[in-house]
Amino acid sequence: MHWGSWSEFWAMGGYGLYVWGSYGVAFFAVLIEIISLIRGQKHTLQRLRRMRNWESE
Amino acid sequence: MSSSIAWFKFAAPMTFYGLAGRLIPWFAWSAGLLAAIGVYIAFFVAPTDFQQGEAYRVIFIHVPAAWMSMFLYLVMAFWSAVGLAWNTRLSFMMSRALAPTGALFAFLSLWTGALWGKPMWGAWWVWDARLTSSLILFFLYVGIMALWSAIDDPRRGDKAGALLTLIGAINVPIIYFSVKWWNTLHQGASISLMKAPTMAATMVTGMLIMTFAAWFYAIAAAMIRVRGIILERERHTEWAAEILEGK
Repeated sequence: MHWGSWSEFWAMGGYGLYVWGSYGVAFFAVLIEIISLIRGQKHTLQRLRRMRNWESE
Repeated sequence: MSSSIAWFKFAAPMTFYGLAGRLIPWFAWSAGLLAAIGVYIAFFVAPTDFQQGEAYRVIFIHVPAAWMSMFLYLVMAFWSAVGLAWNTRLSFMMSRALAPTGALFAFLSLWTGALWGKPMWGAWWVWDARLTSSLILFFLYVGIMALWSAIDDPRRGDKAGALLTLIGAINVPIIYFSVKWWNTLHQGASISLMKAPTMAATMVTGMLIMTFAAWFYAIAAAMIRVRGIILERERHTEWAAEILEGK
């Protein structure tokens, strides 16, 4: 363990902005993709069901 | 010859739709677990770098993201070539399903690279060979996706996109070897198949675990996307109709 305290951990030896800026953006970018994948899946199903209903009428 | 028949069976969109549906949870949960282990190693196991201090910890995101951005592009180029050569429908769909995740990793490699470059080189960005060719890779992903969305006819879009993907594939070896071919600020490969790594073993382990996490994540994401594409294109077939009717 290299970190004596939480504040040391967040400071990252003075490079906190760069380290957490990398991990934070990577985390949120992946999170956004996961959300859009799940929503996209639902939307595709709804859209295709609607198209089917129109086509069968 | 029975094995070749089995492969053709899985190449049928209907079979692959079901197979992907069963595989997605495994890849997704493996990716999550590996990422958790990787991040733990990145912050609590890997030692402080004697030259770069704690700033080097960006490597555990940067290198896997950069590798994935190149690797996924090569996979896309492979499926594009297969699709153009044998006109297999699923190949083009795979290529389409991979592109957004490839673009995501290309963006992350640039972003984390900038955040690592600033404290180490004193610049967010320099126009050197490695960085410029990586930026071109990102633009290729975006350009290919724009081309697909601009062409309404899916089969024509498939072919145009595949052609652009294949032409752009020449950029991948340029990225990889740029640090050898040109004088660049970017450091050389940390890991190569030819020689032993020049980093601490725990750093390498963390990087590889993060790479596998990114890989499994990309597989899960691409499979979710390809299922949507399959269903859309096969909606007039009996099996797709049954799924849409919720049977």
